Amino acid sequence: MTQLALHTSRHEAPALETPVLQARDVALRYPGQSRATIEGFDFALAPGETVSLLGSSGVGKSSLLRVLAGLQAPTSGTVTMNGAPLDGVHPRVAVAFQDPSLLPWLTLEKNVAFGLDFKHQPKQSRAESEARVEMAIREVGLTQARRKFPAELSGGMAQRTALARCLARKPEILLLDEPFGALDEVTRTEMQHLLLKVVRDFRTAAILITHDIDEALLVSDRILLLGGAPASVIGEWRIDLPKPREDFIAELGTIRVDILSTLRGTAQRRAA
Amino acid sequence: MSMSWPTDSLTRAERRALAEPSSRPARFNIARPAWTNAALGVGGLLALLVLWWLGTDVLASPDGFIRHFSPTTAIPKLIVLLSGPDLPVHIMVSLRRVLVGLGFALLVGVPLGLAIGSFQRLNSATSPAFQFLRMISPLSWMPIAVMVFGVGDDPIYFMLAFAAVWPIVLNTAEGVRRLQPAWLSLASSLAATRWETLWHVILPGVLGHVLTGLRLAIGIVWIVLVPCEMLGVSAGLGYFILDTRDRLAYSELMATVLMIGLLGFLLDAGARALYRLATRSHA
Ligand SMILES: Nc1ncnc2c1ncn2[C@@H]1O[C@H](COP(=O)(O)OP(=O)(O)OP(=O)(O)O)[C@@H](O)[C@H]1O
Ligand SMILES: [Mg+2]
Repeated sequence: MTQLALHTSRHEAPALETPVLQARDVALRYPGQSRATIEGFDFALAPGETVSLLGSSGVGKSSLLRVLAGLQAPTSGTVTMNGAPLDGVHPRVAVAFQDPSLLPWLTLEKNVAFGLDFKHQPKQSRAESEARVEMAIREVGLTQARRKFPAELSGGMAQRTALARCLARKPEILLLDEPFGALDEVTRTEMQHLLLKVVRDFRTAAILITHDIDEALLVSDRILLLGGAPASVIGEWRIDLPKPREDFIAELGTIRVDILSTLRGTAQRRAA
Repeated sequence: MSMSWPTDSLTRAERRALAEPSSRPARFNIARPAWTNAALGVGGLLALLVLWWLGTDVLASPDGFIRHFSPTTAIPKLIVLLSGPDLPVHIMVSLRRVLVGLGFALLVGVPLGLAIGSFQRLNSATSPAFQFLRMISPLSWMPIAVMVFGVGDDPIYFMLAFAAVWPIVLNTAEGVRRLQPAWLSLASSLAATRWETLWHVILPGVLGHVLTGLRLAIGIVWIVLVPCEMLGVSAGLGYFILDTRDRLAYSELMATVLMIGLLGFLLDAGARALYRLATRSHA
């Protein structure tokens, strides 16, 4: 496991906070498959921390996220949230996927409010949920468009709406599976900045799956590289640079090279 | 400095159009104004009227029987009949039967379609049986229906519902298969119960398909209705057609035929409007 000890790493040991989310020796094997998809995954997410998961296509990133979200039970190992075992989806864990999954028959506003009154969500008054929805829409800057239908939204606006739907839940943890993967370069950059702002304003912890090393470098406190079959963590980098990070290209470049060489190493090992 | 591109202000359709310039010549992309289409449609209807008139009044021999069915007598007669006591009653009776028949068909067809769309095995098990049943003309059930349900409205409700249920079942099942998996993962990521998923995602998600099925069903029911009403009942448009024939009231007969077409046309327009209303946001 690579631990980069440049000026980007923490000088003192990280404070011993209780992790919001913790995975211990998690393994996942889909029924009917001869080999596990994930094995020996140990992980702790600190409050307010943003962690990116990098890894080649098909390595098992989405599968892992589904386990951490409580959408899929691990074959072995445990996942705990604030120390309590996670059995099923927790109302304060919000998940977003590459597809914004907006319901075309609901307005933007109704899409953001979607599910707030479901049985397994915390009870709240109508006024309270309306206030939350309004706040979430304001946070992503879509107040003007709140009565539009999804068909009238651009890709960036749709993904902002999906993010607002997460925020209306006042999440403690945001789990994002390549949320910006389908966006063009410029919209993507806007969304990365929005994510930074959201994480700061809501003091939420986040796990971001991405294919884009630069995206991981710009938004995360820690980067995990998944690799191998079954997948496990093959590299970990901590980045203690202030955000936004556009002024630290040189420092980030060092880490970038290191990530790439780790990736190349695994690719060569696989080819051999 | 990065180049700024106002991508956020474009709709998805516009971005698609930007990304892949249409291969079609531009003139096909210019939508014909709605009123031009409407005018063309009215023109076609007028042409039909002229053909009718040519057939019964111009081309027919002077003492031909077909002259009894001329629009010049049928249309004024229709107006008279509509303001009289009888025809409106028959129309209401027929419409009630259509509504009840469709109601039963929806009640049975939508849940059945939801189940068939959800379970592939059920689909495989039922599909040949449905193709078989669907091919039996509803009218062939008439003697059996009368023996089982007795004389009156009940056998008609049965036959209409039987005719209408297939397009509703098949379209609802297709709607379930077309539901986006992303909507269902959304529901599970929000810890929706089965009932919440059904009510908030599946039903609104298949509504468009159900309404398409309903529109097809209306077309079928309206066609089946008239022959159904020709036996064992004493009201309704089918009954009234035979009644005018027996009274040798040929202009009334033709007026009723015209009325049947008109009502069917309006029912279909209503179903289309309902579909547009329900799916207006999906664009
Ligand atoms: N529901 C499932 N049942 C069986 N196998 C699955 C299931 N979902 C994923 N897999 C398998 O698990 C492996 C990992 O898939 P996963 O989607 O987690 O990868 P990923 O890293 O997210 O890939 P990508 O970057 O392309 O999104 C793949 O081999 C895939 O075929
Ligand atoms: Mg994935």
